[in-house]
Amino acid sequence: MDVETQSNQATVEQAIELGLLAEEYDQIVEILGRKPNFTEVSIFSVMWSEHCSYKNSIKWLKTLPKDGPQMLVKAGEENAGLVDIGDGLACAFKIESHNHPSALEPYQGAATGVGGINRDIFTMGARPIAQLNSLRFGNLDLPKTKWLVKGVTKGIGDYGNSFGIPIVGGEVMFDESYNTNPLVNAFSAGIMRAGDMISATAKGPGNPVFIVGSSTGKDGIHGAAFASKDITEESANDLPAVQVGDPFQEKLLLEATLELAKTDAVVGMQDMGAAGITCSTSEMSAAGNVGMTIDLSKVPTRQENMKDWEILLSESQERMLVVVEKGKEEIVQNIFDKWDLNCAQIGEVTDTGVLEFWMNGELTATVPAEPLVLGGGAPVYEREYVEPAYYEEFRKFDINSVPEPDNLPEIANKLLGLPNIASKRWIYEQYDSMVGTCNMSTNAPSDAAVVNIKDSEKALTMTVDCNSRYVMADPEKGTSIAVAEAARNIVCTGGEPLAITNCLNFGNPYNKECYWQFVGAINGMRKACEKFNTPVTGGNVSFYNQSVQDGVEEPVFPTPTIGMIGLVENKSAAMSLDFKQKGDLIFLVGKSVDCISSSEYLANNLGIKESSAPYFDLDEEYKVQNTIKGLIKQGLVNAAHDCADGGLFVALTEMAMPNELGFDIVTDSEVREDAFLFGESQSRVVVSVNESTEDEFLDFMISSGVPYTLLGHVTRGKMVVDDVPFGFVQDAIKIYNNAIGTKLEG
Amino acid sequence: MKFGVITFPGSNCDQDMIYVLQTILKQETVNLWHKDSDLQGVDCVVLPGGFSYGDYLRSGAIAQYSPIMKSVQEHAANGGYVIGICNGFQILTESGLLPGALLHNNSQKFICKNIFLRPVSSSAAITRELDEEQVYKIPIAHAEGRYYADQKTLKELVSNDQILFRYCNKEGELNANPNGSLDNIAGVCNARKNVFGMMPHPERAADENLANTDGVKLFESLIANMNN
Repeated sequence: MDVETQSNQATVEQAIELGLLAEEYDQIVEILGRKPNFTEVSIFSVMWSEHCSYKNSIKWLKTLPKDGPQMLVKAGEENAGLVDIGDGLACAFKIESHNHPSALEPYQGAATGVGGINRDIFTMGARPIAQLNSLRFGNLDLPKTKWLVKGVTKGIGDYGNSFGIPIVGGEVMFDESYNTNPLVNAFSAGIMRAGDMISATAKGPGNPVFIVGSSTGKDGIHGAAFASKDITEESANDLPAVQVGDPFQEKLLLEATLELAKTDAVVGMQDMGAAGITCSTSEMSAAGNVGMTIDLSKVPTRQENMKDWEILLSESQERMLVVVEKGKEEIVQNIFDKWDLNCAQIGEVTDTGVLEFWMNGELTATVPAEPLVLGGGAPVYEREYVEPAYYEEFRKFDINSVPEPDNLPEIANKLLGLPNIASKRWIYEQYDSMVGTCNMSTNAPSDAAVVNIKDSEKALTMTVDCNSRYVMADPEKGTSIAVAEAARNIVCTGGEPLAITNCLNFGNPYNKECYWQFVGAINGMRKACEKFNTPVTGGNVSFYNQSVQDGVEEPVFPTPTIGMIGLVENKSAAMSLDFKQKGDLIFLVGKSVDCISSSEYLANNLGIKESSAPYFDLDEEYKVQNTIKGLIKQGLVNAAHDCADGGLFVALTEMAMPNELGFDIVTDSEVREDAFLFGESQSRVVVSVNESTEDEFLDFMISSGVPYTLLGHVTRGKMVVDDVPFGFVQDAIKIYNNAIGTKLEG
Repeated sequence: MKFGVITFPGSNCDQDMIYVLQTILKQETVNLWHKDSDLQGVDCVVLPGGFSYGDYLRSGAIAQYSPIMKSVQEHAANGGYVIGICNGFQILTESGLLPGALLHNNSQKFICKNIFLRPVSSSAAITRELDEEQVYKIPIAHAEGRYYADQKTLKELVSNDQILFRYCNKEGELNANPNGSLDNIAGVCNARKNVFGMMPHPERAADENLANTDGVKLFESLIANMNN
């Protein structure tokens, strides 16, 4: 039966309407040897969308390092990377964006982001153990931003809390560039026995293909295409493209899937995210060099009379495609019956390499699998890029243009209440951070979250980092800093960095200046990842994070979020950041520089938004991190915390607050006081040292060759700099803890 | 002592509870399935935290109709021990095994954080060994944890010594109340003192690796006094 004769041919105009280019339509005609019908064009449009095909980024992504002895599964091979953590265990982890849906419908957009990233982990057979998230919002004084913050927080909380995997950390940043386009990046990590991975590969012609989990509805149709364009005033019309989440179904699907993974019935499995059945059938088939015959009328649906293309493109959540070994169908059926979930055989694997979709006895689409997918026949573009004029302008910033202030204590207290520095507890207390009884950072706060691996000596440590103001100022250096900061956070907990996942949030790739930022970010990431020996295991690219208002493109800060995992070999030696007792000595490891560029102090206290990225040298950073590793390993420090947003003063205050202690320090006469206290030059870590180990500490530091300074000592609660009182820690706690809640709830 | 931890669809603290009972407290523990009715001869049934059936209606409102709950009712009626934590407490009030109800937190938000508790009842197995003058740091994680009962019930709870815990600040003063609970009540038991319910999660404060083992004392008190 010939498809062309029974359905109407799609026109090039329809193809363009669905987001394809005219030349891509021609390519489809060439692949099929005929004109496609509407269903087939729909299939190509989602599979070749930016979201699924990475067509405008893959060329550069391939330049990132992905090899290392720790890698069990490399980037692009499966749903998520898999890293060897010893003792026969492996960690699967990944970060993914859900920016576009969250911009329109923050609650469901964020919730389904959490659902999607966790499915990527458990579809491989790994049980998720901990989650992080990285959020970006606009100016917190705007009513719209408050609405987005509340909706996203509740969405993440309601989904994650019910699903029952703790959210152990994350980051939140506010900047006006995110006023229309918030960023919601969700990270999940899971653990499994190293040899038990389930592959997203279809094999064995004749093997049955099942769809399991939720029924298929009309939600999320063309979600992938929607995520591949700018946000405009008409975007509200795309609301049906936002999916709806059901964490209860996800929890059941998790348990049923992991029960199934223990049997020998599964050949391959893939979750359904973007482009639903279309994407999972084509990617699994292409991976195994097979085809599939799928009867769409057998798919359990929520609504009557769904069209074939609606079923194919639906992004209904909490579903999986499972290829089962023939003869073992009953094993699968019994497990899903036990968990009261749908489980329907919808087709079988063929040896043709072609996907055939049937509906009520009629063949509605015939497309080869290979040309649809990334790494197969999906288009790959080389985009032009050009250095924007602002880059040189920002680099002209000179610290001497800013007069030295004479009200340092006042500035210090103001910084503690800035949204980017203040405690994010209003947000994270709505997340269950303790379910799973593995979060070691609850009662021992640390730079990266430390997660107990029960029944072992080890702990996993994980963090998400990106200061996008730095990336805006200098994409290459800023992204190197993001990787370095992630590694520094891991090192400060006593961990060894293992690998990264990335979430690359940028503007329109067809805008040459945006693309320049993207290319710079990739170059900076590559250099830093090579230095720290942290291969890139995968992740997600999200372009089109920009709004077009009155014809002017307004992209977000380029935001290449880095998710990093590390391993603490001996968890009883994991390091926390809080000062332990009055009298301990406080040292700064790393050198102080006359730099206030891109700091919170400069941007959000003084309002100077145009400056270069802060001082950073990759080799110096590496040496500082190795020194911190050694100090922790030898038990010479009892707290370690890196200087990040807000600089040294904020780092000290964050170390003081947990146990309500204070500090008495002196500044360095070689460096401006404001730069010393509030500057954000990189590669600095504050440590506290018990007086009894001071000599050993000094010996170690001298032999390391890394610059260090004695700052002062821990006090009972007073905060003092150069004999000037900066207030009491109890007052700092009030400012720090309440600033964001007060803005949100008045 | 033999414990049985029920898994309802949507339970998500069941494995945490089993880990604490079995691995940390070395108690014989079995996992019970909501569709079964055999309690396998356990001394104490545990209803763990989570979101049974998604908690899309009222929390715990559907789980009371699970097949296993009939056996739990019989077990309690025969004097067997039952303890519900968080969602388990909600299921026990919904099913009438414990008095009162759990309403939305007064902040209308889910709250997860460490809070402090003072033991109240001197006669209940779970509090008998605890020091009334001491505060216990135990985490909460709930959206519907505001305990409520009418005045008559409240009077009975007080006169029968059925109030297990009250929320307090870290100095033990009763001026901290994370969810707006009536009289700072964090947990209660029935008049016969064999059915217990509490919103805070003692199983989340039981592992040395997590740097807080205050919850262990509650379990130890329960184990020591269950047959007394």
